[in-house]
Amino acid sequence: MARLFDQPHPYPGILIIVEGIDGSGKSTQLELLQKWLLSSKYRVFFTEWNSSALVNETIKRGKKKNLLTPTTFSVLHATDFSDRLAHLIIPPLKAGMIVCADRYAYTAFARDVVRGVHPEWVRNLYGFAVKPDIALYFRVPIETSLKRILNGRVELKFHEAGMDLGLSDDPRESFRIFQSKILEEYDKIAAEYGLTVMDATMSIQKQQAMIRDIVRERLKDYKPAPFLQKKENVYVA
Amino acid sequence: MSRKKNLFYGVGLPYVDATDLTGKLIVVEGTDGVGRSTQLEELKKWLEVKGYGVTTTGWTRSPLMGKTIDEAKSGHTLNFNTFNLLYAADFADRLEHEVIPALRAGFVVLADRYIYTAFARSAARGGDRQWIRKVFGFAVEPDAIFYMRITIEDLIPRVINSKTFERRYWEEQSGEGLDYWESGMDIRLGDDVYDSFVEYQKVILKEFDRMTNEFEFQVVDAAKSFEETNRALKQGILAVLEDEESEEKSRRH
Repeated sequence: MARLFDQPHPYPGILIIVEGIDGSGKSTQLELLQKWLLSSKYRVFFTEWNSSALVNETIKRGKKKNLLTPTTFSVLHATDFSDRLAHLIIPPLKAGMIVCADRYAYTAFARDVVRGVHPEWVRNLYGFAVKPDIALYFRVPIETSLKRILNGRVELKFHEAGMDLGLSDDPRESFRIFQSKILEEYDKIAAEYGLTVMDATMSIQKQQAMIRDIVRERLKDYKPAPFLQKKENVYVA
Repeated sequence: MSRKKNLFYGVGLPYVDATDLTGKLIVVEGTDGVGRSTQLEELKKWLEVKGYGVTTTGWTRSPLMGKTIDEAKSGHTLNFNTFNLLYAADFADRLEHEVIPALRAGFVVLADRYIYTAFARSAARGGDRQWIRKVFGFAVEPDAIFYMRITIEDLIPRVINSKTFERRYWEEQSGEGLDYWESGMDIRLGDDVYDSFVEYQKVILKEFDRMTNEFEFQVVDAAKSFEETNRALKQGILAVLEDEESEEKSRRH
């Protein structure tokens, strides 16, 4: 099981994941990709990081009582991911669909290490994960991401800025320090796991065109199951 | 004598200073219904009379996770990997909030089950043994691990004659005599709950036996009477604590 994450998955579907710090534009790009896939009559399933009901309550309870240590925080997110993997990600992959995931295990590798857990330990923790077919990492300088996030709203959210880590009393400064550390980890991860690095400072259209080229190439040897080749869209992202 | 070689089993907790843990961590392991909890109650009283500060810790009872695990168990929809991780989160919470602070304060920590229970349950469900050991790599190494060993033939009458067997049926919502999880009903190794219990517990006992050498368990024969088993446990615990005291004396001289 520990090796699973290093080997290609056995399912007929395709797993596409996007990674990057907040404000890197990854969600926008994934959304545009889905629109294109759906317009090409592919069956697409979309999933996000940290959204299952099981652990959400616990995380909320822990945050309120300030009970969450870096290790419990990390294991709780892995638990949540394990549940979503079994219930939301593997079934569509088995059904031969295209799964688009906004963030994946790499998010945990970056964030949890910055919070203090051991890099090797957290990589092993997610050893049960399915290896993505396409993994895109949107690399962006801190200043660009800060500008994008603040564009349209006034202040940074508490956890987004890593305020709980006590890096700085100023949310912007805290964000800069916290996200810089995350960025550092992402760079290591991208090299280690061979993520496709996207220059996220480029225009939206240009990035999207590049992404579609990458996906088109992978789709060449993708054969959707016959029951998925209907005309109408069953799943709407 | 203390068997402890390292502070942690694996990579540990990089952000925790654990160099000043002066207490003793004593683990009592064994399968469901072997009589661990009754023994531990008695051991706690005995140590307190002797003047030791004692704290006990259980399995899946943390304030953070206890409720979540109960909910997850009643739902029956989690796969075993998710369960492994739920237990790991619970363990991490108790370790950092109960066990380590108590050890730092010089207490004797009596643990009713430890990571070996998680290893046995995971392996019984086909989980990767290396993976689960690394997941629990932040666990503090105990000073002693007492394994209350019993054969399946001795275990069955003990479980069926226990108070919980009837109470579970009459008073609890589940209406089961044998517990769903302790019978491994999620993997159904037999036609009914009894057959599954027997087959599942055989696998669990085998896993515990396998770990005896790996983790240097001190085997205590749990098929004997309560008093005899208790005497054996007390002897083992005394050896760990006296070892420490003689060390302290020699340091003072």
